[in-house]
Amino acid sequence: MKSRTPAPMAVAAAVGVCFLALPLLGILVRAPWSDLGRLLPSDATLTALRLSMECSFGALAISLVVGVPIAWLLARRDFAGKGLVRALVTVPLVLPPVVGGVALLLAFGRRGLVPLHLAFTTWGAIAAEAFVAMPFLVLTVEGAIASVDDRYEQVAATLGSSPLTAFRRVTLPLVMPGIAAGSALAWARALGEFGATITFAGNLPGQTQTLPLDVYTTLDRDPDAAVALSLVLLALSVGVLVALRGRWRVAGR
Amino acid sequence: MTLECTVEVSVGEFRLTSALSAADGEVLALVGPNGSGKSTLLRALAGLVPMTGSVHVDGRDLAAAPPEARNVGWVPQNAALFPHLTALDNVAYGIGGRRGRDAARDWLRRLDVSDLETRKPAQLSGGQAQRVALARALARRPRLLLLDEPLSALDVSARVDVRRALRTHLADYDGVTVIVTHDAVDAVAFADRVVALEAGRVVQDAAPEEVTRAPRTWWLAQLMGANAFAGRATGASLAIDGGGTLALAEPVATAGPALGVVPAHAVTLHRERPRGSARNAWPVVVRELVPAGARVRVQCEGRPNVVAEVTSEAVADLRLGDGEQVWASAKATEVTVVLL
Repeated sequence: MKSRTPAPMAVAAAVGVCFLALPLLGILVRAPWSDLGRLLPSDATLTALRLSMECSFGALAISLVVGVPIAWLLARRDFAGKGLVRALVTVPLVLPPVVGGVALLLAFGRRGLVPLHLAFTTWGAIAAEAFVAMPFLVLTVEGAIASVDDRYEQVAATLGSSPLTAFRRVTLPLVMPGIAAGSALAWARALGEFGATITFAGNLPGQTQTLPLDVYTTLDRDPDAAVALSLVLLALSVGVLVALRGRWRVAGR
Repeated sequence: MTLECTVEVSVGEFRLTSALSAADGEVLALVGPNGSGKSTLLRALAGLVPMTGSVHVDGRDLAAAPPEARNVGWVPQNAALFPHLTALDNVAYGIGGRRGRDAARDWLRRLDVSDLETRKPAQLSGGQAQRVALARALARRPRLLLLDEPLSALDVSARVDVRRALRTHLADYDGVTVIVTHDAVDAVAFADRVVALEAGRVVQDAAPEEVTRAPRTWWLAQLMGANAFAGRATGASLAIDGGGTLALAEPVATAGPALGVVPAHAVTLHRERPRGSARNAWPVVVRELVPAGARVRVQCEGRPNVVAEVTSEAVADLRLGDGEQVWASAKATEVTVVLL
């Protein structure tokens, strides 16, 4: 027998689902479908799209290179200040992106603590996206590593593997689904990044004007074009969602 | 190959201080209650927990070496095969390359699991996984083999099967083996010596017969209070080497060398020849009485020799003493048969 669902619960849930679905429907209904062929292949759009791809994949690469080691340390080692590290990793998740942008400016800007002169450059846009996207990767991968029995690494050690070899040959293959899931989440977050990017890297076409910034800039001037661009971002996001299906579970469990 | 070690490990409140030594080809059974430090000692020998002291294998001190530089084979509970690799790749892991795969094939064949080469661990039964894990550990020809309860997770038939495989391969293995077990049958079936741990200390280190005859602690008496009779099983009887026969409850599948294991508390003593349901009864002479808590372990000489565990009231009633002639008996259903 099916368990009954209380009416207030069902109604509230239905309202919530509509609230999530209607904006997406809005884009689909109002999209200038007949003009897409004219609006999308414009030079400006293609430039923004290419820049968005470069920046988001660049941010993902940075997140992987430094994020996976952070995740491994958090999952496998005890060290002083571990709580602090975990808090630092989580901060960008809860920090308003604009504040993140200001913080990056103060750290890596022209007069920052470490004056790397990243502000208002493509590298700045990549840094801004990595800053907000990395937590998604680290937390997902940490969970994946923690769920892998640490005896596998220990057995690998008794079979002659150094800790790094054991990580590469045993742990990494086992957490690949987690890394794929974390990468998809982090990449999607980087692709959509707006606040930190515009604050730290500015809105320079061809250099720092990624797709979301392009949408925002275009909305005033040419609403149809902005909707068309939004459609592109929506399609990419749905693509990520589809790619993620079933990728949450760790191999071998 | 020899092992000489003094291991000290501190984990929170728990302190382990144990000394072990073993000679070429010797098998040590490490027994003890839960939390006595058996697995910790094994992990310390493998280099997996920080320890102080020394671990001399063939005269070389490994205490400061990381696990990957020790060449020690460690099989943790439940085998811990790498889930993403096939059985063959698991065994080849520690050797690598084409040579590794050839050696792995050879080891899988030796352990009678050649047909499982391409299977992933999720497709193996518990007994098959233990065989593959044993092959993986042995393939590197380790100088020290550490087995952590290799049979405890298996069902009865798999246990019989893996026990037999273990016996065969431990007999061929020229290094030192340390095997953690919860089962007296394993201790008497495999071990040259039984090392008993309690609360992080070695309480007894002796041959299995000696531990059975005179266990130092109550817990050991409970575990090791088992007689093991080596002989040849045919049908439903076991002809014991050195004389005597035991009736078995069920006929063995194939005739051959076997061990009949009878717990000491299942052996009863009688003044007269017993006329009950017990299928096994033979005359014995009382040789030694060893108190074990509220009970007394009575060492008897006969065909075969046997240890009986009885209450101190029974000792008084039967007026048991050195040199007394009595009858020992054991029900056939109390005899566990281990095919060798």
